[in-house]
Amino acid sequence: MMTAGRVKLFILRTSIAERLAYRADFAFATLVRFLPIVTQIFLWWAIFQSTKEGSGSLNGYTYADMVAYYLLVMLARAFSSMPGLATGIARDIRDGTLKKFLIQPIDMLDYLFWHRVAHKLVYYVVAAGPFALVFWLCRSYFPGWPTPEIFAAGTVSLLLGFLVGFLLEAMLGLAGFWFLEVSSLVFVYMLMSYFLSGHMLPIDWLPPHVSEAIQWLPFKYLAFTPAAIFLGRYDNAQLIRELAIEASWVAALFAANRWLLNRGLRRYSAFGG
Amino acid sequence: MTAIRVENLTKTYRVARPASNSAGWFTRLWKREQTIVRAVRGVSFEIEQGEMVAFLGPNGAGKTTTLKLLSGLIYPTSGTATVLGYIPWQRENAYRRRFSLVMGQKNQLWWDLPARESFQLHREIYRIEPTAFDRRLDELTDLLEVRRLIGQPVRELSLGERMRMELIAALLHSPDVLLLDEPTIGLDVVSQRRVQQFLRHYQQEQRITVLLTSHYMKDVEALCRRAIVINEGEIKHDGPLGEIVERFSRNKLIALQFGGTELPAELAEFGRVIEAAPPRAVLEVPRTEVSATLQRLLARYTLEDVGVQERPLEEVIAELFTSSRPESAAATR
Repeated sequence: MMTAGRVKLFILRTSIAERLAYRADFAFATLVRFLPIVTQIFLWWAIFQSTKEGSGSLNGYTYADMVAYYLLVMLARAFSSMPGLATGIARDIRDGTLKKFLIQPIDMLDYLFWHRVAHKLVYYVVAAGPFALVFWLCRSYFPGWPTPEIFAAGTVSLLLGFLVGFLLEAMLGLAGFWFLEVSSLVFVYMLMSYFLSGHMLPIDWLPPHVSEAIQWLPFKYLAFTPAAIFLGRYDNAQLIRELAIEASWVAALFAANRWLLNRGLRRYSAFGG
Repeated sequence: MTAIRVENLTKTYRVARPASNSAGWFTRLWKREQTIVRAVRGVSFEIEQGEMVAFLGPNGAGKTTTLKLLSGLIYPTSGTATVLGYIPWQRENAYRRRFSLVMGQKNQLWWDLPARESFQLHREIYRIEPTAFDRRLDELTDLLEVRRLIGQPVRELSLGERMRMELIAALLHSPDVLLLDEPTIGLDVVSQRRVQQFLRHYQQEQRITVLLTSHYMKDVEALCRRAIVINEGEIKHDGPLGEIVERFSRNKLIALQFGGTELPAELAEFGRVIEAAPPRAVLEVPRTEVSATLQRLLARYTLEDVGVQERPLEEVIAELFTSSRPESAAATR
């Protein structure tokens, strides 16, 4: 048990060192990604200005609610988005890099998970300052500090969102055993998750039957649910139910990943020499 | 004691058949015709513990597929194999801690980090005792003359230096079986020789079992006494390396040094002249006619020196592979 923990720790440590090899480029790219957040806030301002002489609300959200929701969605996406994971797995399958996971006594998904954790940790270190600044500048739009219970539930939801995001994208990558190239699949996934996760719009803005259907999908845990929890939109019973469903999705997606990996390895041809 | 036992191992792949014309390309959009490629066909052999065996064959012969099966990367279509008593494709961790696969064209080290970081990760993955790890790393970096390079990012190393680092990574956990797929591919002569010398020394000292594929016959001649020749997925020869030339080469070479400064004009009557540097010449003659040809030459000319040689292994192997080149072999094997 201790040894397995040490292996994970070393994967984490080595992955962090790898991420830091190009730290200047990474830091610059991370900071530049904050610009769309600012433009989105101005866009919502323009939209709300055009409604009922600028003082109205849209589908129950005021401009302040919208900004708070949007910033929390961005926070949730910082946990649940996994850039390059699916295409990276498919590339490893296609060019034969996957071999190292099969000949060494390590589990591929476990390795990729800790590799991703390392990347996220480095990202949080770089992004913490800009995130804090944006939240501080927009502090007046928030209803106030969440209670410790809501804060704890929101944090759990963010961490579960990280797992849901990782497992969904890893599943897409594992489809590479069948399709080899998954960029089109990833594009469709990004499109769907942008809409169905609540990243583009709060999902309670959608028509009731669409909103109801989305409840049965895992996407809302990537953005909407953590944001809604932090904004106090759930009562205690709903909160527990949401976290339980989110955890169930993690378990189901984990099982699906293992199944796909086992089936995929059965048809794997170890390309690339 | 047998380290590797392979019985009737067969691996077939389904591959999409390319369209022969534009109409075929259009039809393939919804209906793909497939063809079955038999990469390995009923291969059987055994390798004893401590043996170093060459696995020879042209591109697409099935040797890399066999190595992939033995390292558990792919499942066979039929047949069985055990390595150190394990079935490779079950991928038990206990097995994966006891073998290594080095592929000359694949880099397993972290590209942007010093090799030392990859080695330390290996220490944890393979659960190597820290003191044993330090000792082995010292030994291996000294033997391969890369001690000063292990702190340098892998991307900054030359191909030869990277291959030596790959070998260290593969040997840190003291594997009992080492599978080497073209370990000297693309290396310059100096690096090739250094890797050869290291492998010979290491194998003799540790008595590990090595299965080596290489297109460089210099590697094979320097390292292996036994060779398995595979072509079109089937084993064509399994025995001493020297037997390959005897078995597959119908000709021998007669090296001649004439008394004068010129070569006789009618030399081609005695055999195929493959080298003519007066007063020396080399003739290639059928194996069965060597003594008769020698008698005729000695009777007609004054010769200062005569020698009979086997043809170089490289030439014999190339000829063997060319004569039975698979016409429709898939390139992905």
